[in-house]
Amino acid sequence: MAKLMIPAMLLFALYVQFHGDFGPGGGFQAGVISAAAIIFYAIIFGLPAARAVVPDWLVETMVASGILLFAGTGVAGLLLGGNYLDYFVLAADPVHGQHRGIFWVELGVLITVAGVMLKIFYMFADRGLDTEDDA
Amino acid sequence: MMAAVTMVIAVQRNLFAVVVLFGAYSFLMATVLVALDAVDVAMTEASVGAGISTVLLLSALHLSKGVETKPLHKPFLPLLVALATGAALVYGTLGLPAFSDPEAPIHQHVAPRYIHDGLRETGVPNIVTAVLASYRGYDTLGEVTVVFTAGIGVIALLRRTRRRKQGGQA
Repeated sequence: MAKLMIPAMLLFALYVQFHGDFGPGGGFQAGVISAAAIIFYAIIFGLPAARAVVPDWLVETMVASGILLFAGTGVAGLLLGGNYLDYFVLAADPVHGQHRGIFWVELGVLITVAGVMLKIFYMFADRGLDTEDDA
Repeated sequence: MMAAVTMVIAVQRNLFAVVVLFGAYSFLMATVLVALDAVDVAMTEASVGAGISTVLLLSALHLSKGVETKPLHKPFLPLLVALATGAALVYGTLGLPAFSDPEAPIHQHVAPRYIHDGLRETGVPNIVTAVLASYRGYDTLGEVTVVFTAGIGVIALLRRTRRRKQGGQA
């Protein structure tokens, strides 16, 4: 039953992300929803199974690379001749440049938010396993 | 109803009930935001407050006792300070313009430009996303940095130190 819901949740997260231009949504909501889907998987099937699907190194990479993507979009604006985070210079047509800039920026937000939520959950769930080893 | 939920949260000692009530409060806040026509904020509030927050609080609760310890003395002075500050803030809000007054100064400066020119300048119909990601992209960069810092803080505080397991080398 849960196996039916989890792909639907992930798909909904992607829908919210890419539909943020036309309806409510955007990076933050989509990031939280996709993290919730993975946490749901971890609750139902156990933490080691979730760790096998989304390992620790992947989560930590997500946390950092999202914000790098966001800042990198700003630097790309600099390199192409405009100001920092200037979207007008990213494509031949300024409005198209806006579309591209917003796309990459929201993607960066999604990756970082999903990574941080998942990482916090992993850390909390980890702690419960070895509290009896602490001095 | 939200006031009732808040009072019960403050008084209740059983932490599991408090976590569930926090989720209920977030849900009510999300419906209030929908009633105020702020759908983006409502979606974020519902997903973060009633979703992720509840899960993280429950997993934190799993690590600690289920009941809040009794305070050492009755909190009369903090209650007085909180009531005085709240009264001062309410007195301050009496000077604000009427709620959703279209002539209020906050609606005169950049808001008309965003509403009229947003679609033409950015090509994005959703004005909230246009403001967040394009007109005020710097602020969103700051927000993502804050989320990133929170994640880094959690990692720094809770990472398991291997040294302790290998015989106590500091």
